[in-house]
Amino acid sequence: MTVEQVLFLITGAVTLIAAVMVVTSPRLVHAGLWLIMALAGMAVLFVLLENGFLAVVQVAIYIDAIAILIIITVMLTRAVMRETEPQMNRLWVLAGLGASMLFAGLMAIALQLGATAPASLAAVLEPEAGLELLGRSLVDVDAFILPFEVASVLLVAALIGAIVVAMVPRGGASAQDGR
Amino acid sequence: MIPLSWYLILAAALFCVGLFGVLARRNAVAILMGIELMLNAVNLNLLAFWRYLHSDQVSGQVFVIIVFAVAAAEAAVGLALIISIYRRRQTVAAEEIDMLKW
Amino acid sequence: MVDLFSGIDQFLKDLLIGLGLQPAFVAVLLKFAAAAVLGTISVSLAIVLIWVERKLVARIQDRLGPNRVGPFGLLQTIADALKLLTKEVLIPDGADRIVFRLAPLLVVASVVAVWAVMPLAPGLIGSDVNVGLLYVISIGAVGTLGVMLAGMSSNNKYALLGAFRTVAQMVSYAVPMILSLLVPTLLAGSMGMAAIVEAQGQFPFLLLAPLAALIFLISSIAEVGRGPFDLLEAESEIVAGYHIEYSGMTFGMFFVGEFVHAFTISALTAVIFLGGWQGPGAQAYPLLGLLYFVLKTSVVYFIVIWVRGTFPRIRIDQMNAFNWKFITPLALVVLMVTAVVDKLAVGGGFTRLAFHLSANGIIVLLTLVALRVYARATRQAQQPAEEIPSPVQQPEAAGG
Repeated sequence: MTVEQVLFLITGAVTLIAAVMVVTSPRLVHAGLWLIMALAGMAVLFVLLENGFLAVVQVAIYIDAIAILIIITVMLTRAVMRETEPQMNRLWVLAGLGASMLFAGLMAIALQLGATAPASLAAVLEPEAGLELLGRSLVDVDAFILPFEVASVLLVAALIGAIVVAMVPRGGASAQDGR
Repeated sequence: MIPLSWYLILAAALFCVGLFGVLARRNAVAILMGIELMLNAVNLNLLAFWRYLHSDQVSGQVFVIIVFAVAAAEAAVGLALIISIYRRRQTVAAEEIDMLKW
Repeated sequence: MVDLFSGIDQFLKDLLIGLGLQPAFVAVLLKFAAAAVLGTISVSLAIVLIWVERKLVARIQDRLGPNRVGPFGLLQTIADALKLLTKEVLIPDGADRIVFRLAPLLVVASVVAVWAVMPLAPGLIGSDVNVGLLYVISIGAVGTLGVMLAGMSSNNKYALLGAFRTVAQMVSYAVPMILSLLVPTLLAGSMGMAAIVEAQGQFPFLLLAPLAALIFLISSIAEVGRGPFDLLEAESEIVAGYHIEYSGMTFGMFFVGEFVHAFTISALTAVIFLGGWQGPGAQAYPLLGLLYFVLKTSVVYFIVIWVRGTFPRIRIDQMNAFNWKFITPLALVVLMVTAVVDKLAVGGGFTRLAFHLSANGIIVLLTLVALRVYARATRQAQQPAEEIPSPVQQPEAAGG
């Protein structure tokens, strides 16, 4: 059992336990914090996959933006869902069964695919050269410039849409939402 | 060396936990958290395949970056919608937002 | 310097392997130990920093500052720390106990984690990640999370309002900070901190990108929440903001975290824009490089304290307007102009310096002209309301 494998098992266990706590926590603020732990565990897994750049991007996008958004939203909508109300809807047993069956199927496929993987890892590109290659491929006409530009348009549309949807209608809502 | 199947099984487990969260929770924000878990599991899967099979190409990494962008956009719009619904209907339980049902 | 640390590393490795542990495990263990040492040193710096700040602010305000406890008041911080340690930690009645205790830890951890990528001397860096700047930004935003949790878990609506304002300010000013950090990335060709310091061998980036340095300093001061942007924790404002309910050492952690954060951004400015450990003789004697780093950081920290003691506090609407209407468009313009000019300025050295300095100068001139036009337009929009009374005096005003 090499050090890498031990690290993977510890990180994987932490991430999985955090994910389970996310979906079963009765208090949403705690669920948000467990989500942050799961996302941080994912960043460590990205580092284990020898891609430090995407690990830092994961922290920057998920933890610093999405997780803070989720916690602020939980905060703003908190008066309604008291923790005494049931957190799961009526169909949670069926949902659990369905998810378990899906997991069993995926595990079978994963074991089958894993057997076809190469025995030793090819060397990954050095970080500097790999990062430059990634950057160039995002703006290269023969490479991935089209998905890049479409993603930019999507982000602008989401930005404007989120502002318009969450905007207080003029002269409509209560005074505390003004300014 | 860590076998590829370990990464795939972990990603599958995270995906199924997220799926359970989406299907079984009442609060809309909790459903969104399940969706984020599912997207993360997909990212882990993509990166594992990139590392083990095609580590000399960039297409795996570009796919992951696009998934990041899509997840951020979806979380922003989803949370804005939830806040707007809360203002009008005073609830965020997904089963009470059923005005379009007959 | 590097040999000293390598020697210690080798000695500890031999010791632990001699005890029977696996070599790979020993390597991981030593990395954790190094991280613990670095974190402890950076937090213990707060003892000196708080004394320096109190003395300097006192002198700016024409008074003496702490001078009773120990010679020149040097032991004042230790006395304060003892007081905070012995105070009772009160947790309010409906507060979320786990989150309440977790929040100050997150705030301090986010500041200490930045020191892992700080290049202290040639060859002496905690971890030379090649995306060091992005790491600094993302870890810095974990502090925002800590502030939000502190306000939320206090079961106090003023703490909540204060936390909302603080998070709004920190998130808003992160945008020009990131945009201005892209300029040294362009000029150095890399995001790694060691690479940025080494690219400043000829000229510090302060000469190549003065506007970006200014924008970074201003937005970092706003991120920390001190200086003229400290309406969130001022005593006359919203009852001390997000840390009302904190007492004892939990408040002490917020207090220490803020000062170490201010020192950290001074160190970042010194590394990114002033050249870090660069200086005459630094490559040959790494200890000299460490001295230059400490000197430059102290100069920037002095400027940060000077700004705090001099400017009046600004209101929250002025702060928002300043950010979104002025600093962010300016940062975008600086970024685009620097990208274009850097491609045009072929040939290194003084040609590049001249190109960048003139581009920055043109941006400053255009900004000043735009500000004058805007100020005149605002004044003219307000004037008709004042001219209506006294039509009798008009001939005199026209003649005079």
